[in-house]
Amino acid sequence: MDSTKDLILESLRRNRQAGDFPHPEIPDFPKSERPILDEFKESLTAGGGTWREAASAAEAEGLIRELHPDAKVICSAAPEIRGNRDIHAIKDPHELDDVDVGVIRARFGVAETGMVWLTQEDLKIDALGVLSQHLVILLDPQQLVRDMYEAYGRIDLQATNYGCFMLGPSATADIGAFMVRGAQGARSLTVIFL
Amino acid sequence: MKKEKVVDVVSNSARFIAQDDIHEKMHDKNLWNARVKRDRIAASIPEWEQLRELGSAIKEHTLNHLDQYLEQFAANAEKRGAIVHWARTAQEHNEIVYSILESHKVSSIIKSKSMLQDECGMVPFLEQHGIEVTESDLGERIQQLSNEPPAHIVMPAIQKTTEDIARLFAEKIGTDPGNNDPTSLTEAMRNNARPRFMKAGAGMTGANFAIAETGTFVVCTNEGNADIGASVPPLHIASIGIEKVIPKVRDLSIFIRLLSRSALGTPATQYTSHFTGPRNGGELHIILTDNGRSERLAMKDFWRSLKCIRCGACMNTCPVYRRSGGLAYQSTYSGPIGIILSPTFDLKKYSELPFHSTLCGSCSQVCPMKIDLSDQIYKWREEVVKAGYMPKMRRLAFKAAGEIFAHPGQFHLAENLGAKLLPIIPDFLVYSKLNPWTGGNDREMIRLAKPTFREWYLKNRKEQNNG
Amino acid sequence: MKVGLFIPCYIDAIYPEVGIATLELLEKLGVEVEVPHRQTCCGQPMTNEGDFESARCTEELFVENFKDYEYIVGPAGSCVKQVRVHYDKLEQTPDVRHVRERTYELVEFLHDIIKVKEFPGIEFPYKVALHNSCSSIRGLGIAKPSERPGEPFNKSADLLKMVKGVELVELSRPDECCGFGGTFCVTDEAVSTKMGRDKVSDYVSSGAECVVSPDMSCLMHQQGVARKMGITTLPFVHIAQVLNGGPFKNGKL
Repeated sequence: MDSTKDLILESLRRNRQAGDFPHPEIPDFPKSERPILDEFKESLTAGGGTWREAASAAEAEGLIRELHPDAKVICSAAPEIRGNRDIHAIKDPHELDDVDVGVIRARFGVAETGMVWLTQEDLKIDALGVLSQHLVILLDPQQLVRDMYEAYGRIDLQATNYGCFMLGPSATADIGAFMVRGAQGARSLTVIFL
Repeated sequence: MKKEKVVDVVSNSARFIAQDDIHEKMHDKNLWNARVKRDRIAASIPEWEQLRELGSAIKEHTLNHLDQYLEQFAANAEKRGAIVHWARTAQEHNEIVYSILESHKVSSIIKSKSMLQDECGMVPFLEQHGIEVTESDLGERIQQLSNEPPAHIVMPAIQKTTEDIARLFAEKIGTDPGNNDPTSLTEAMRNNARPRFMKAGAGMTGANFAIAETGTFVVCTNEGNADIGASVPPLHIASIGIEKVIPKVRDLSIFIRLLSRSALGTPATQYTSHFTGPRNGGELHIILTDNGRSERLAMKDFWRSLKCIRCGACMNTCPVYRRSGGLAYQSTYSGPIGIILSPTFDLKKYSELPFHSTLCGSCSQVCPMKIDLSDQIYKWREEVVKAGYMPKMRRLAFKAAGEIFAHPGQFHLAENLGAKLLPIIPDFLVYSKLNPWTGGNDREMIRLAKPTFREWYLKNRKEQNNG
Repeated sequence: MKVGLFIPCYIDAIYPEVGIATLELLEKLGVEVEVPHRQTCCGQPMTNEGDFESARCTEELFVENFKDYEYIVGPAGSCVKQVRVHYDKLEQTPDVRHVRERTYELVEFLHDIIKVKEFPGIEFPYKVALHNSCSSIRGLGIAKPSERPGEPFNKSADLLKMVKGVELVELSRPDECCGFGGTFCVTDEAVSTKMGRDKVSDYVSSGAECVVSPDMSCLMHQQGVARKMGITTLPFVHIAQVLNGGPFKNGKL
């Protein structure tokens, strides 16, 4: 194995172009001056997501029921929402195949794109974020960053095996360039500000 | 024989246009719309051109220090528990994949889009070895069910109409043949794919970026299919081209801001997923694959093609690609990026591709990595000629033209002889057998003028004489 | 200011009226113009096909013909681009460098060097569709490409707006390639003519009464396609003919 590696690295050293090619400094770009929460909501909506507001965990639970009245299996990785499937009892991700609604608390959101940051630690089981038919994301409205520069400045990729910037529901335009929500992952994504 | 081996992109494209009045028109319209969306979103970012500069500079820096960054990436990935493999060729890559699957007794896998795996011919290889492979990206699955390669880097089935897909699904997965609704066709495939995710023994992905600083690789999708494949089966295998490495997490912000905006005119893909280690209870294998990349690095005129982030913007803007359809190129990579990458794999086979361009230059302007695509297409023509792969008739005609133009007396004599020597005067009338103006088809015949400008000038400006 | 007029081979042989219009226009603007008699071609047909060796002597002849002029002006963007951008294989002698730096496309020369402000006495009372060639836009920079962010500019349009009566129409894809592409139009006929038909259809739906371009080669292709489509009343003329008030083929527009 190592000899293959060495051959590749040797080839790269031999074939590199003459010249300096310095690593550029990334400057601080001007920031948007819009109210950050408004910008996040707008970006999220453009990405196919929706948002609600809740004053308490109980109100959030009510909202989830209201949004998904037919949901049989609600699995929550967020401590403030109980649901009816205990994520901590799940041994194998295949057991999440029948989840109707997955509930996760995001670390933060990105106003520029409408993304929320979810890690393995937030999801408990990675597959919860993609096998659930619908997603409800709890987000503290104070936890917003302006843009992707701030977003990547905030995360620690070496502290988690899996982290996802998720923007709204799963989407595809592979049939006739027609936008369809709910391709393989979640059919809908609702952010509840809590 | 040699001649059959050369991809006849001209005839393939002509067939794409001639098949009916629907396909080419729709293809052109849908891709043009993607470009218009890209233009709009690029214009909304004041620092857009600066982002392109930065992305390009980061890539050029990394490519010329790739040995260090690859080692750093591999060491960091291993720290979090990934198993890193190295492959020099497509064959080595495929054998590593198979050996991992075999040792885990896996007979069925689910995979997301990976241009590298396509480039390696991995799916046919695994199928020959008895592995059942399911493409999970909707467009890729459509192409798989049609026994066709992807026709576009990010929109694999863009050359098909909804009606084509409705017919295909009716035949292959039993949908109602009268159902032409994209939403319910997508739903039908979602329901068909879910059990395949559940039973797969391994999930395979590619990678858009790999970060040396942390050992993380990043996969961008809109469907979330890569994430399902990575998080449900116990085994995740990622194929990563060695040119995907970038130095730092902060660098990634530049690329993520450019990628989806260039590809589809959206601010980001729905899922931007970062894998630094295996899922809980799972196993993660990374195959760092060269397959010609380190050799390409040495090519003075062409190494910058390694900066490509596979967004497809050059394809969307290319007026020739939009009229040709991606399958016409008979290559993993089509459109402008295909024209400059394919000859590095097989110059003779793809010797006609560099001529399948008007050199309009739009690709170079939209490329988020500022790859000089149009210039490289031009330079590949020279390589083709140098290698002797230019069709002989064309070569001789240009040689004759070159001699005439180099000698004013001959040129003016040729002009005066008129129609008989038409083929050797201006560039659009170079050789009579292929002259479309004489072929009685879609263009009206051109006539020589009498007198020529030169004759008029001699007559009307006689007092000047510098000849 | 002594200018060497560069008349590309196809203009000499097929569109002499464009050469005449260019010459008269420059003379009217007070420029001293000479036409080197030994000029033939810029070498583009050969290099465009990757065949530099066949082009070398033609390119050397071009340099020899034009090396003594302060400016070299040609009414054809792609030919000018050939000299300026693609004469990089020749040994870069002072003459070669001079010729490459001083060769201008007509629109650029009028707009940037002479800085024309008006065309007195010229009228062109038509709805005009403007076609800047890809070489002129992305090779020479006479207009902002639509795919590039930033303030729009269009030097050909600036000049046309100085002519009384000109009304520029809007096209749905103003700088989409028409499919000419030099030898491409011969070797890749199906795609080339499809692009040409799309271009002509765009003109027709824009309501244009006339198509004007600084590149006659694109127009030759477009006109050929248009006639085959049965569109016989749409004239295709060079911008020099508009700015000079003619001459037109057969004496009228």
